[in-house]
Amino acid sequence: MSFTLNVNGTTHAVEVDGDTPLLWVLRDVIGLTGTKFGCGIAMCGACTVHLDGMAVRACVTPVETVGTAAVTTIEAIGATDEGARVQKAWLDEEVVQCGYCQSGQIMSAAALLAVNPSPSDADIDAVMAGNICRCGTYPRIPAAIKQAATELASGEGR
Amino acid sequence: MGVLATAMAGQFSRRSFLISAVLAGGSLVVGPRLIQPAGAAENTALNPFIRIPAAGKIQLVIPSAEMGQGVYMGISTLIAEELEVALDQVEAVAAPADPAVYGHPVLRDQITGGSVTIRGFYEPMRRAGATARVMLIAAAAREWGVDPLSCRAEAGQVLHPSSGRRLAYGALAAKAAEGPVPETVELKPASEFRLIGKPHLRIDTPAKVNGTAKFGLDARPEGVKFAAVMLSPSFGGTLKTVDDTEALKISGVRQVVKLSDAVAVVADHTGAARKGLAALHLTWDAGPNGGLDTAELERRIETAMDGEALVALDHGDVAAAEAAGGPGIEVVYRMPILAHSAMEPMNCTVHVRADSCEVWVGTQVVARARQGAAAVTGLPLEKVTVHNQLLGGGFGRRLDYDGVTMAVRVAQQVDGPVQVVWSREEDIRHDSYRYLNLSRLSLRLGPDGMPVSWRHRVVGPAVMARFLPLLFKDGIDLDQTGGAESPYDIPNKRVEFVRHEAPQGMLTGNWRGVGPTRNAPAIEGGIDEAAHLAGRDPVAYRRALLTNNPRLRGVLDLAAERAGWGTPLGPDRGRGIALMPDFGSFSAMVAQVHVGGDGRLTVERIVCAVDCGQVVNPSVLRQQIESGVVYGLSAALYGRLTMENGAIVEGNFDDAPVLRINECPPIEVHIVDSTESPGGVGELGTPGVAPALMNAIFAATGKRLRALPLDTSQLKRT
Ligand code: FES
Ligand code: FES
Repeated sequence: MSFTLNVNGTTHAVEVDGDTPLLWVLRDVIGLTGTKFGCGIAMCGACTVHLDGMAVRACVTPVETVGTAAVTTIEAIGATDEGARVQKAWLDEEVVQCGYCQSGQIMSAAALLAVNPSPSDADIDAVMAGNICRCGTYPRIPAAIKQAATELASGEGR
Repeated sequence: MGVLATAMAGQFSRRSFLISAVLAGGSLVVGPRLIQPAGAAENTALNPFIRIPAAGKIQLVIPSAEMGQGVYMGISTLIAEELEVALDQVEAVAAPADPAVYGHPVLRDQITGGSVTIRGFYEPMRRAGATARVMLIAAAAREWGVDPLSCRAEAGQVLHPSSGRRLAYGALAAKAAEGPVPETVELKPASEFRLIGKPHLRIDTPAKVNGTAKFGLDARPEGVKFAAVMLSPSFGGTLKTVDDTEALKISGVRQVVKLSDAVAVVADHTGAARKGLAALHLTWDAGPNGGLDTAELERRIETAMDGEALVALDHGDVAAAEAAGGPGIEVVYRMPILAHSAMEPMNCTVHVRADSCEVWVGTQVVARARQGAAAVTGLPLEKVTVHNQLLGGGFGRRLDYDGVTMAVRVAQQVDGPVQVVWSREEDIRHDSYRYLNLSRLSLRLGPDGMPVSWRHRVVGPAVMARFLPLLFKDGIDLDQTGGAESPYDIPNKRVEFVRHEAPQGMLTGNWRGVGPTRNAPAIEGGIDEAAHLAGRDPVAYRRALLTNNPRLRGVLDLAAERAGWGTPLGPDRGRGIALMPDFGSFSAMVAQVHVGGDGRLTVERIVCAVDCGQVVNPSVLRQQIESGVVYGLSAALYGRLTMENGAIVEGNFDDAPVLRINECPPIEVHIVDSTESPGGVGELGTPGVAPALMNAIFAATGKRLRALPLDTSQLKRT
């Protein structure tokens, strides 16, 4: 079947079965490899992308359910205020190790800040608990999110 | 590795062994060499590690794999320090498979593991940078007709201060390569370091926050197809029948590849490949292990524990000390089967042609991977190219290249390049496991309450027999037994080894922290038990047993002080300490826990003190300790795989859980200032976690857990 997807502001026509997870369409068909595969069952968050600004797990999102929603991936999240600040805070706080989970972490954090500009530790835990990091970057993530929140509030950091 | 550090313990001073090996190791070529990688013909290689383009970033060729541990940053720091360039003037690139040039000076192979990278390369990489700098200065001096001594290098340029002339490295490199290679170079004293020891930000991370970093799974050679693979569920089983009628009808599915022990569905994208794999009707011959389950595996290793043992170390007279009587402990610590569960599932992309084979993979053993691909294809080594990619975690899993040979076998039947992708389930069910391990510990205390004898029987597989025979001696795996004698001053000590292998077909391998991780629970739990038996404070008891080990005492005191050791915590809370002298470093860790009446365990705080000698980057050091602690916490709280019908039962993060952010305690890392030779840090944080928790739980509840993962159901008090 054919689907027309709006990914990072560009229209892509793809020819795949409707139940194909968005993850593989992004990575293998469109060629945006920044979104990662970790579990395939919505348990790790590595595949997190935004649909109209909402974080979803692309590994369990059938392409036929995407419709006209705007898909945003890690490759374009830097164009948003939240995304740019989260990326900068991630580097300032030296969060990243192997980096494999970090696309998903950043997409989750950016989505959190979009709806909750000054999250508490509990808010951060609640949202970020969906993103596994085997390198153990957890201790730095709350501080990085708070830095991004502060810079967003003051308009700095871009 | 623990591999090295532990194995060399008792035979050589670890550090002196390493240093002499490094200095003697002629394996590092530091002369100019013609390296003309595709698309980089404009680069001039001043030596195998430094390629200088006419303009743009200098390429530093990193001999070790980047798997999150910061080695691209660490090695770049060492080279850049002496080359006199800023870190934003360089980019790190993966070395090709060429152990004669890029092999680790001690391991003599391209192995990234065991926390030996910085220890082995600390001096050679600075030397590579200094050699190139001297050659660049000489080229500029020739150009200007001045004395090289009147010139100096700074930020990628050679300067002639008295005339104000300057030339960029890019303009000098070709001429520098024609000049002589200095036989000796002087290295900077630590007091002049501008990069080493400073918290500069990592150079590999900007690409990892915007999706541009390329991991193994991101390899996209022209025309690549995607394969989902399933291996025989039971270890050693074989594929019997395949009905692929339904699978081949799925849109995008191209081909079904049948191997003796696996099946793969090749498709236009991984989604179709996975759907096709699920649509196959398969039957397997379970093979020789089909009847095995966890209970049987445990029964076998318990039986082995009572069998014949080899003596790995025998100091004093343990038997006499034991016969003399006195209070003591006789306990067994039990460790489960563990997977690595690196975030990036196993994968490998291969293009087999009639006369060549090209491989894209993230591996900790790039040269072995190349040999493996050559062996499967029958091609000569020089016809096989391996492009090492960033690793989405390694933790020892990617020290084995079974994923490469499997992918090559699939690719041999596919026209064009194919990316073989393991599901998370395949990744967990076909790991190179940390296998079952037992430690039986017998301790006797003297009249003063201090231990007089220490007998430690180590039971588990001898991974080094196949992985690094250098560390397998007279039937003993030196990685497993190294350090098992404990760091404590005890007059009579004996370490025994019972080799007990996993069933045939089940791969066992190296797991973060290697030997020290398997031994730490027994050692640090055992000494804690002895302290309590003697009615002494566990910190004071340890300190009294470390009279000859000032660096270990130093971290013990520092961790205890920062953790507030001895200050009251109130009911249901406790602190536990564990020491880790290994990988050429010293660390101590205090865990603070709360155990609810219902047995619910909360890890409230982890305090680490680290003395790893000269620090290359304090920020990366902190990252690595935090990382090691989190890895250890996951294993201590959850790590256990079980077997049924010869197959691993668990398959994904639902039934094989790992630590999540909401369970992660604050982790403090306190660093000892030191100019001693640098030690390893990538694994240093992991081994101490389990025993620190066991000891803290005892302090909180009076209940001693000696098996992993921690069974909190035993902690219920209401
Ligand atoms: S790959 Fe989608 S949540 Fe793990
Ligand atoms: S940075 Fe490696 S898995 Fe998170």
